[in-house]
Amino acid sequence: MARLSYVAILAFVLLGCLWLEVALRTRVLARPRRLLLTLAPVVLVFFLWDAYAVSQGHWWFDTERILGLYVPGSVPLDEILFFVAIPIASILTLEAVRSVRGWSAGDESDGS
Amino acid sequence: MTYTQLGFMAVVAMVVVDLSVLRTRLVRRRVFWTSYAIILFFQLLTNGMFTGFGIVKYHDEAIIGGTSPATGPPAFLGDGRIAFAPVEDLLFGFALVLMSLSLWIFWGRRGLDRTPHAGPPIWRRDDASSN
Repeated sequence: MARLSYVAILAFVLLGCLWLEVALRTRVLARPRRLLLTLAPVVLVFFLWDAYAVSQGHWWFDTERILGLYVPGSVPLDEILFFVAIPIASILTLEAVRSVRGWSAGDESDGS
Repeated sequence: MTYTQLGFMAVVAMVVVDLSVLRTRLVRRRVFWTSYAIILFFQLLTNGMFTGFGIVKYHDEAIIGGTSPATGPPAFLGDGRIAFAPVEDLLFGFALVLMSLSLWIFWGRRGLDRTPHAGPPIWRRDDASSN
């Protein structure tokens, strides 16, 4: 169970914000192509940073509290999930603020 | 390069991406800073779990503060840390959030899945429906 520590925190993050999709009608998951094209470059850039940091010893992980699965570059799979979960949480937050306040974010109409 | 240097570079790079590359100019918008303030609170909370429980540890040659202890949590505040995490994580987090939101708005401006728009909250009557 300890190996699920890292992903449990990610689950906490997603539980903490996915309700916005229903309560505030953030409609982030209802726009899957836009979400995927947002996530892909973010995951790539931050994976590269992570792989460099791990190779240089900037940071490391308690191997008993991560899944134990790795992607190339010795980056734990947990970290890749982090780079997916945090952007989703961030976008949900932005759309939640927009839902409640109605403030412009610049993408409301053509040629804005 | 150190984590400190990379953190500052990433923040500058993502501000340039936002202002000049994707031209989303989110750093000039109220909706961004309000969202970031909310995200920052939860970053301190959840990052505090990652670092306070020692799931992620840092080397002193890469950060302003000292190396994470082998056992037990690092300083909650001080020694270059805030809520157990290196202050550099604030730079990392800002860059991650700004890149994500800038790309999200960029695709919307390009017309990709611009709709359905967010809102209104379920407790407000939707203008467009009889609900």
